[in-house]
Amino acid sequence: MEELLEQEKVKIITREPKLHVPKKPEHPMNFKIIARDVKAYFGNTLALNGISLSIPKNSVVSIIGPSGCGKSTFLRSINRMHETVPGARMTGEILLDGQNIYLMDAVRVRRRIGMVFQKPNPFPTMSIYDNVAAGLKLNGIRSRARLDEVVEKSLRRAALWDEVKDVIDKGGMSISGGQQQRLCIARTLAVNPEVILMDEPASALDPISTAKIEELIHELKHDYTIVIVTHNMQQAARVSDYTAFFYLGELVEYDQTTRLFTAPSKKQTEEYITGRFG
Amino acid sequence: MHNIRLTLRLLKSKTMYVLAALSALIAIIPLILIFYHTLSLGISALNWDFFTKLPKPVGETGGGLANAIVGTLILIGLGSTVGVPVGIGAGIYLAEFGNNKFASAVRFLADVLNGVPSIVTGVVAYSLLVLPMKRFSAYAGGIALGILMIPVITRTTEEMLKMVPQSYREAALALGIPRWKTTIRIVLRTALGGIITGIMLSVARAAGETAPLLFTSLNNRFWHTRLDQPIASLTVFIYNYGVSPFDDWIAQAWGGAFVLIAIIFVLSIIVRMSTQRRFQEN
Repeated sequence: MEELLEQEKVKIITREPKLHVPKKPEHPMNFKIIARDVKAYFGNTLALNGISLSIPKNSVVSIIGPSGCGKSTFLRSINRMHETVPGARMTGEILLDGQNIYLMDAVRVRRRIGMVFQKPNPFPTMSIYDNVAAGLKLNGIRSRARLDEVVEKSLRRAALWDEVKDVIDKGGMSISGGQQQRLCIARTLAVNPEVILMDEPASALDPISTAKIEELIHELKHDYTIVIVTHNMQQAARVSDYTAFFYLGELVEYDQTTRLFTAPSKKQTEEYITGRFG
Repeated sequence: MHNIRLTLRLLKSKTMYVLAALSALIAIIPLILIFYHTLSLGISALNWDFFTKLPKPVGETGGGLANAIVGTLILIGLGSTVGVPVGIGAGIYLAEFGNNKFASAVRFLADVLNGVPSIVTGVVAYSLLVLPMKRFSAYAGGIALGILMIPVITRTTEEMLKMVPQSYREAALALGIPRWKTTIRIVLRTALGGIITGIMLSVARAAGETAPLLFTSLNNRFWHTRLDQPIASLTVFIYNYGVSPFDDWIAQAWGGAFVLIAIIFVLSIIVRMSTQRRFQEN
């Protein structure tokens, strides 16, 4: 009987109005990204079932939830990487500064919305310098002075400059995993995006490297809007202003991080963050 | 350490190691034998004249295969001009866009083409190029060799591109780099080492072909002046001289065989060194 009641509750939750916004009143213009009823599919499998979520400018939003809940898929639909997977498609709309990114050119969207992946993936055939410069070089910027400037600035912002400035012509894979991940962040910063998406950026790293990445996220927040997917709830609590909890392709709860972790309004959220399921 | 099982296991491990090492040694023995054999039988013909002079008429001794050495290089060059771009292009299509029925068909037909005996390719080139042009020519030979190279390059390019982790493609796309640039500057670049190996394999195969050349570029005892004329090649000379009754011709055939292998060898080394990846993955 109790189980039935639980199931009913889940249904009620999913039937709730879809536009979840943080409790704090925000002017709509301050939302960098607004997702409306996003449904994503892999072939015929529904991976995201109608996600609506608004992300305030210059904030860090973390997405948590058990494996397979669709958090990475949601992240990848924000910069149109989802559609690069064969058989993948989506419906609904995602607005960047009020403009539907699915009506824009995908390459343009990705220049404005950068992404850092779970596993550090510097280009193996390029030096550290060329890795950072790759986005600019491959988009036609040749001026050595300009490239030098951007490479140094990006590496400094990624807190990596001091560690690599003497080995900048060495291969991108020659540095440690944590440094590689910061190199990937520098590479993303170099093309000067407005939004940075991070897909479990520290899950392959040791605690010290993780701390550095988290510190970096704090720093970057002033200039960028950041969306981070993480399995690590302490990390979400440490770095983010707002947290969204996804479960089975649905957005269960979205609130200020402090509130979501101390006083969640949904039972499912509470059970997940206290480790009782998931 | 008195454990009999442990001793047995270590023994097995050692045996397997020795067997594998032995097989590796056996695998390279034929090459050493070929080098040694061709060199020892052809050494008498290998002198300065061999590399600088034209073949002498029947009855006269001396002379060389300079025109055939140059001819072989030209034929390889012509073949590569046809085979490399088409092969790499087709390989890119199969690896990056090959998720459809057309691609499966191309993949299968490339394998079939790879299995077509080279003499058949030669005959087809003869009827499609030599007959309409009314002459044997270097062009016809180069195209025939190029056709032989295409399937090898296509399939190795495809396999090598498929081995490039998806994460590099995603990293490039996420930087706002267009798909075609991602494919060429990132994916192709990463797979270059393997693709070069495939190209060199096909070049080696083309350089060693005789049958299709008999139908296309034929032979030439003099310097060619134009590419729409018959052209000399080492393989055809080896074939002609090898079955001749003259000892000095037979020696020159062996010498030609050695030079042919040496050309492939040197070419492989040069290409490998000039395209070596700057950074090795760790």
